[in-house]
Amino acid sequence: MDILLQQIINGLILGSLYALVALGYTMVYGILELINFAHGEIVMVGALVALAVLAGLAGTGLPGPVMLVIATLVAMAVCMVAGLLIERIAYRPLRTAPRLAPLITAIGVSIVLQNLAMIIWGRQYIAFPPILDIQIYELAGATITNIQLLIVAVATLGMIGLVLLVNRSRLGRAMRATAQNRDVAGLMGVDVNRVIAATFVIGSALGAVAGVLISAYYGIGHYAMGFILGLKAFTAAVLGGIGNIPGAVLGGLLLGIIESLGAGYIGDLTGGFLGSHYQDIFAFFILILVLIFRPSGLLGEQVADRA
Amino acid sequence: MNLLELHSLAVHYGGIKAVKGIDLHIAEGEVVCLIGANGAGKTSSLKAIAGLLPAAGGEVLFRGQPITRLPAHQRVRQGLALVPEGRGVFPRLTVEENLLMGAYQFDDKPQIRIDLENSYSLFPRLQERRAQRAGTLSGGEQQMLAIARALMSRPRLLLLDEPSMGLAPLMVQKIFETIRGIAAQGVTLLLVEQNARLALEVSQRGYVLDGGRVTLADSSESLLGNPQVRAAYLGA
Repeated sequence: MDILLQQIINGLILGSLYALVALGYTMVYGILELINFAHGEIVMVGALVALAVLAGLAGTGLPGPVMLVIATLVAMAVCMVAGLLIERIAYRPLRTAPRLAPLITAIGVSIVLQNLAMIIWGRQYIAFPPILDIQIYELAGATITNIQLLIVAVATLGMIGLVLLVNRSRLGRAMRATAQNRDVAGLMGVDVNRVIAATFVIGSALGAVAGVLISAYYGIGHYAMGFILGLKAFTAAVLGGIGNIPGAVLGGLLLGIIESLGAGYIGDLTGGFLGSHYQDIFAFFILILVLIFRPSGLLGEQVADRA
Repeated sequence: MNLLELHSLAVHYGGIKAVKGIDLHIAEGEVVCLIGANGAGKTSSLKAIAGLLPAAGGEVLFRGQPITRLPAHQRVRQGLALVPEGRGVFPRLTVEENLLMGAYQFDDKPQIRIDLENSYSLFPRLQERRAQRAGTLSGGEQQMLAIARALMSRPRLLLLDEPSMGLAPLMVQKIFETIRGIAAQGVTLLLVEQNARLALEVSQRGYVLDGGRVTLADSSESLLGNPQVRAAYLGA
């Protein structure tokens, strides 16, 4: 088996999940200059809602893929409503407040959501039911499963859809205009509040999809799963250039590959001193390096360019 | 009927009482200017008319209806467009995307197409640069874009805030020729300008603002001849 190729494939799959979550961070940042730290918790809510729906559908005899689609749609709907409410209740009243206030609020919302999830779903790990027959394919000495292929396909579709929406549609043009100059967007007849709400709703829908895919990939869901995941997706967004949509995709994929290669080789590199369970250090090591050497990220606009 | 009426409009801006109760009216088809020194309250007045700043007191009537509490995006739909100070183009949208933003409220594609062609024949330079990001344009080109974009919203009343600011004299001349052309097409204009002479030359009536109050209101011709105005604003 080719270890290097296998690690790269694993990295791409992990990375496309990070990218899907990173898009939610970067869209909200682009339009509000707010790091929505509650976004990781939206992903968690998506995963746990989907798991609950799957548990409810267990006795119905529906085919596995159908169950998965239903669970995903319900998770998306719940997360879209949650995103809408969070924006309306927590962030909109602070629109003109100093920037620290919404940031602290975002951390608060994240804690509230985690605790609500703990009350609803408990502290235990929830297993993803065995509704999908796992197929394993050989690829030039490496292996890839049908679930992994599904993750890559769905994440790619989500990203293409978002790029088309932002660059081609009227709503997308209004989103970009609002991000660049909110007052003037209003002068053009754009209902800025609705555009901002739409941004949260779209980001949350992508987050819900990511949550379902992540729980399918790892086979579990947990009330605290959004925390580390959120931080890593945030790192991916910063790496690519926060506020920049292609940047979030690039940052997510790079982070996934780096993490995967790092986890694969860290034992060899440190003579066995550190094991693969140290894989989380790579994300934060990268975050520190990016913040020191290239705070605008790989594809980020220079800050001075902001009007 | 007057297109726009301000009744003792007051505006606070950053804790300062920038406008302390002004009365003003504009009839359909008129070109009116607001002149005054820096900080006299000109820009704050325009922002309050367009809905970018809340009125701290008084009323704004547009076509006889109070619009004082309407958000900016609903005022545009009534036919009120502001070309803001500093132009406010969207720097990372292309020239054409900026123009299309001006027509955001409409979905009649054929008419939007026609308006777009009209913008390009008004400003051929914009057509040459249609696919370029607006942030890469020169100041004068950005001013053309901001005016053309406002016209895309098919305004009954066009508010222009300091269109000459920061532009080379030749470009100022060109922009003011365009403003005359727009007025000749029957669009009602309210013009705010530091360059009082230019403003009074294109307008029929003028208001002089000082310290947030209207100190003089007269025909532009009389204001050009008024010794007080000449001394304070025309450097003569």
